[in-house]
Amino acid sequence: MRISIENFTKTFGDTTVIDNMSLDINSGEMLALLGPSGCGKSTTLFAICGIHRMNGGRLLFGDRDVTKVSSQKRNVGVVFQNYALYPHMNVYDNIAFPLKVRKESKAEIDRKVQEIATLVHIGELLQRRPAQLSGGQQQRVALARALVRKPDILLLDEPLANLDAKLRLEMRSEIRRIQLQTGITAVLVTHDQVEAMSMCDRIAIMDEGRIVQLSSPKEMYEDPSSDFVAGFLGNPPIAFLEGSVDEAGFRLANSEVTLPVPAGITLPGPGSAMRFGIRPEFFQPDNALKVKGRISFVETQGREELYDVTLENGAVLRSIQTQGGSYRVGDEVTWGIAADRILAFGPDGDRL
Amino acid sequence: MKPNFRNWPVLLVLLVFSAPLLIMLAFLLVDAFTTKVPGTMIPNGVTLHHFRFLWTDLDDGSWGIWGVTLNTFNFALFTSLAVSAISLTAGYALSRLAFPARGFFLGSLIVLHAFPTVTLIIAIFLILQLLGLYNTLIGVIVVKAALELPFGIWVMKGFYDTVPWEIEMAGVQDGASRFTVWWQLVLPQVQPGLMAILIFSFLSGWSEFILPMVLAPGTEAQVLSTYLATMLLDGGTQADFNLFKAVGLFYALPVAIIYLIFQNKLMNIYGGGTKG
Ligand SMILES: Nc1ncnc2c1ncn2[C@@H]1O[C@H](COP(=O)(O)OP(=O)(O)OP(=O)(O)O)[C@@H](O)[C@H]1O
Ligand SMILES: [Mg+2]
Repeated sequence: MRISIENFTKTFGDTTVIDNMSLDINSGEMLALLGPSGCGKSTTLFAICGIHRMNGGRLLFGDRDVTKVSSQKRNVGVVFQNYALYPHMNVYDNIAFPLKVRKESKAEIDRKVQEIATLVHIGELLQRRPAQLSGGQQQRVALARALVRKPDILLLDEPLANLDAKLRLEMRSEIRRIQLQTGITAVLVTHDQVEAMSMCDRIAIMDEGRIVQLSSPKEMYEDPSSDFVAGFLGNPPIAFLEGSVDEAGFRLANSEVTLPVPAGITLPGPGSAMRFGIRPEFFQPDNALKVKGRISFVETQGREELYDVTLENGAVLRSIQTQGGSYRVGDEVTWGIAADRILAFGPDGDRL
Repeated sequence: MKPNFRNWPVLLVLLVFSAPLLIMLAFLLVDAFTTKVPGTMIPNGVTLHHFRFLWTDLDDGSWGIWGVTLNTFNFALFTSLAVSAISLTAGYALSRLAFPARGFFLGSLIVLHAFPTVTLIIAIFLILQLLGLYNTLIGVIVVKAALELPFGIWVMKGFYDTVPWEIEMAGVQDGASRFTVWWQLVLPQVQPGLMAILIFSFLSGWSEFILPMVLAPGTEAQVLSTYLATMLLDGGTQADFNLFKAVGLFYALPVAIIYLIFQNKLMNIYGGGTKG
C-alpha cells in the first residue's frame, strides 16, 4: 500500500515539530526515517498510524484519504520501541488480541496465530508470559502481533534499540526477511545509520522536522546533499576539512596548503568558507593527492585499523586500512586523498 | 541462608511495643468467654452468656444485633463499591487525560485527603438535612464515600501511572476501542490496586463511628459502632462490660478475618501503587 504524506504539519502547543513535510512511500518498500534524537521521527510515525492528529496536511493510503480516519480503522501494524506486549496475557493471547477484537472465529484465530508464529519462529513460546521471554523473543512477539491481522502497513519505532549488539544483527535480517516475505509496506524509525542502510530500500534522513534527503542507501552514501547527511552516514564517520575558496582552489584554514577542487564544481566567490568531506576509505597511503600529518590515534578493529591523522593546521583526517600497516601514534605520514571522491560543501552546508 | 543481622533484637523491640495491645486483646478474648467474681482478675468459669445478644433480644430499643450488623455490612459494602467505582474511573482520567485544571485537581486530592473530617461535620449535617438524607443509611454512605474518595483516587492514579502508555496505543492500533483497551488491557494491570481499595474502604466503612453517630443517630440506621457506644452510654455505671466486650469481639471478628485473607493484597498498595 502506497503512503503519501502531503504538507504534513505538527505542533505541540507553541512548538512546531514538523513543518510542511511531504513524503511518498512506495508500495512494498521498506523506508527508513533516520535522524538525530528529537528530529520528529516518532512524531511522523505516530501521525501515520493515527496516534497523533495532524495539524495540517493530508495523509493517503493508496488513494484513500485517511487524514481523519481513527487509528482503529487504518489497519496499520505498529511495533513500539519497548514492544508494549500485554503483560497479563501469554504470547498466544497477545498475538490473538487483534483478531479477538475483530471477533473472528476461534478456529480462524488459531490458524492465523500458528501461521504467524511459524513465520517469526516463536512456535514453541506460545504459552509463555512476556516476562518470561528474552528481548529478542519479545521483539518477535511484537512483530507477530503487528502482522497477524495482515495490516496494509507496518511501522517500526526503533525496534532494535533495546537489544544487545549480536541480537540486533540477527533481528535486522529477520525483520527484513519477514518484510520481504509478506511484501508489506514498512516504515522503520531509527537513529542508527547502519540499521537504516542495511535494512531499507530507501532512507529519508530528517533534521529538525524536515526531510533533508530521500534516496537509496548507496546513493545517499556516495552523493549526500549536505554535510549533515554526509556526517550522519558512514562508520567510522566522514572527516571534514574547513577552509575557504582561493585562486588556487581550496585553501585549508590556518595554513598555506591548498587542494585542487574536484572537477565539475561551481565555486562560491573567492574568500567564502567551504568544507571538504573525506571518507576514511578514500584517505589511503597510495592515493595521489598527498597531505602531510602525524598519526594521533590508532584504533584496532580486528580486521581493520582506524587511524586519526592530524594535519599541520590541526584538522583531523580519518583513514581505515586493512591490518598490517603497523603505524604508531606519533608517526609522520604522507598519505593521499582520492581526489575524485572528495565531497565539497558550501558555506551553508549544501553540497557544491 | 544466614540473615545479614540477627532477628531477635528487632523482634524483642517490636514485642515490647506491641505488648500493651496484645495484653488488651487477650483480656478481651478471655473476658468475653468467662465469668469471674467482681474485683478479681482470675476467671472462675467459662460461659457463652455474654453472647446472648446473638440469639435474644436485649430489649434496648434497637433492631437487634442482626439488623444492626446488616446495616453495618451494607454501609461498608456500598461505601466500598462507590469508592472503588469512582476511583477506578477518576484515577484513569487523572493519570491519562490532559483535561483543564488537572493540576488543581491533583493538588486538591492531597489536601482533601489530609483534611480533618470532623471540622466538616456541621456543614455536612446541614446539607444532609436539606436533602432529606439526614438519619438515613444512604446519607451516611454518600458522605463516607465522598471522604474516602481522595485516598482511593490517588492510589488508583498511582497504579495507572505505572501502566505504559504504549500498551494502550498498541491496543488502539490492534483495533480495540478505547473502552475495550481500558477494560481488557489496563484494568487487569491495576487490579491489585482495585482490590486494595475495595478492602480498605470496606474496613474503613465497617469501623466508621463519627459519621453514623452524628448524621444517623436514630435506631433505623444504627451500625455496630454506634450500637456499642449506646450500650456503653445507656448503661452508665451499671453497664455490662462483659456483654460490651463480647459485642466488641463480634464486631472486630470480620476485620481480623478480612485482614488474614487479604494481607498480601493489602501490601500491594505500598508495593506498586503509591508513586505518583
Ligand atoms: N507530546 C508531546 N508534547 C510536546 N512535545 C513533544 C511531544 N512529543 C514529542 N515532542 C517534541 O517533538 C520533537 C520530536 O519528537 P519525536 O518524538 O518525534 O523525536 P524522535 O525523532 O522520535 O526522537 P528520538 O530518536 O529521541 O525518539 C521533540 O523535540 C519532542 O520534544
Ligand atoms: Mg522516537
